[in-house]
Amino acid sequence: MIELSNICLSYGKNDILTNVSLSLRQQGLTSIIGPNGAGKSSLLAILNRLQKPTSGEVRIDGQPIDSFDNRVLATRLSILRQDNQINARISVRDLVCFGRFPYHNGRPTAEDWAVIDQAIHYLDMSDLQDRYLDQLSGGQRQRAFIAMVLAQDTQYVFLDEPLNNLDMKHSVAIMKQLRRACEELSKSIVVVLHDINFASCYSDEIVSMKHGRIAHSGSPEQVMQDHILMDLYDMPLSVQQIDDKRLCLYYL
Amino acid sequence: MKAFLLTLGLVAALAVISLFVGVADLSASEENYSLLFLTRIPRTLAVLLAGSSLAIAGVIMQMLARNKFVEPTTTGTVEWATLGILLLLIFAPESSVMVKLIVACLFAVVGAVSFLFLLSRIRIQSEVIVPLVGIMYSGIMSSTITFIAFQYDLIQSIWTWIQGDFSMIMRGRYELLWLSGVLCIAAYITANQFTLVGLGESVAKNLGVNYRWIVIWGVCMVAVISGITVVNAGVIPFLGLVVPNLVSVFMGDNLRKSLPWIALIGAGLVLACDLLARTLRYPYEVPIGIIMGVFGSVIFLSILLHRNRQYD
Repeated sequence: MIELSNICLSYGKNDILTNVSLSLRQQGLTSIIGPNGAGKSSLLAILNRLQKPTSGEVRIDGQPIDSFDNRVLATRLSILRQDNQINARISVRDLVCFGRFPYHNGRPTAEDWAVIDQAIHYLDMSDLQDRYLDQLSGGQRQRAFIAMVLAQDTQYVFLDEPLNNLDMKHSVAIMKQLRRACEELSKSIVVVLHDINFASCYSDEIVSMKHGRIAHSGSPEQVMQDHILMDLYDMPLSVQQIDDKRLCLYYL
Repeated sequence: MKAFLLTLGLVAALAVISLFVGVADLSASEENYSLLFLTRIPRTLAVLLAGSSLAIAGVIMQMLARNKFVEPTTTGTVEWATLGILLLLIFAPESSVMVKLIVACLFAVVGAVSFLFLLSRIRIQSEVIVPLVGIMYSGIMSSTITFIAFQYDLIQSIWTWIQGDFSMIMRGRYELLWLSGVLCIAAYITANQFTLVGLGESVAKNLGVNYRWIVIWGVCMVAVISGITVVNAGVIPFLGLVVPNLVSVFMGDNLRKSLPWIALIGAGLVLACDLLARTLRYPYEVPIGIIMGVFGSVIFLSILLHRNRQYD
């Protein structure tokens, strides 16, 4: 289990995160939603150890995150942020192979290759696996990076806006695959999402953030409520029940 | 693999030709024959070592800066090394090659670190801004060097120092370049880490790479290679820019795969330029820095145009 207790982060006088406490489930899909500047990406940066919190502690399976060796940590949790190098001429297959780097350290075994092939297949990249990243479209590149993280095969997976640059078909395909990975491989996957309807349809739990604090957390039924979302995004909207899903209409 | 061996053969053939190009005819007398070991072999080895290590220093700098258009001679690193030598010429003109080397390397470290620090302070890291910052920075450093040299009437001596030129190489005066050769092998061993650093801090850290240490290691490697070549052969511009970009077109940027090619093409290109330098105005020599500047800029422009066409 990943536990964040009283995480605060500030740059000078600006408080980015204030007293964020959260425990992330051992298995299942958690979505983090919230308006721009709510501190979602900063939270992932802290988990990525790119950023040290001003105060507070992160524990992974009971141990403080700072006590982990880099490579051991890389086999427990993986994080895909948004700012990925886009003009590198690295083939999709090589990139996904780097996902196994914490295990093989440069010398992939047959077992590693099996995981790599599976991840490539999982994301429907088999035909593109020998292309360089700079020859791919934004969405294909996004899928290549997700394949890399899946090949890393960690219990906890954090994805910052994985649906960025993806069309409807691939967005749905990725959410279904993430769902499948949660169920079949019993992983705990945390995604930062802007499209709250995806969050509603695919998550076990939704965490909403605003102004560097956790606003709500709970099941999609609990969080997908008119007053909660209007409050969160400061705009008029309405939540509708369609079949067994709750969808938010905010376009008008 | 086949293509690699073929190119290797080609470079080896060039190296053999290089042994027999010169004013003295080696077969003329016993005495001339000894020139082979005194100057010809050392010169050829120096060219090969400088070529491959400078190309590798270039690609490592590109990974650290996450930009394809930088290299030690366009980011102030080499200028800092030169500044170190200039200060030695002023304050300790009698110092040995070893002292010169150490001072040049230390100054080069300052140069590389200060450039990377400068980059980390700049918010807009577009593909064009980064090399521009580098060029401005190295411009400022060059004028500082010229200013100081002018004050001490050393313009000419420092110019001879930094002008890329292998004609003074002989046995006993190039051996430090072997250290660059060792660094090339070390670079190959850590190639995967450099590739990951090139993919950005968050990807590298996510995969368990100790980002900070790899950056420090890379900076040291770039600085030592720059220092050694400046002290032994002078400045050879464009090489670290042209070779990695050329190799990237057909081999990609996975350094485990491309580094041997970068080393080989770097060695071959400098060797070819050195041969030209020696034969263009035979029996005189043109400094290789000038030849490299001409060829380098032409190759570089064509790679840029090729890349743009690919993106359209």
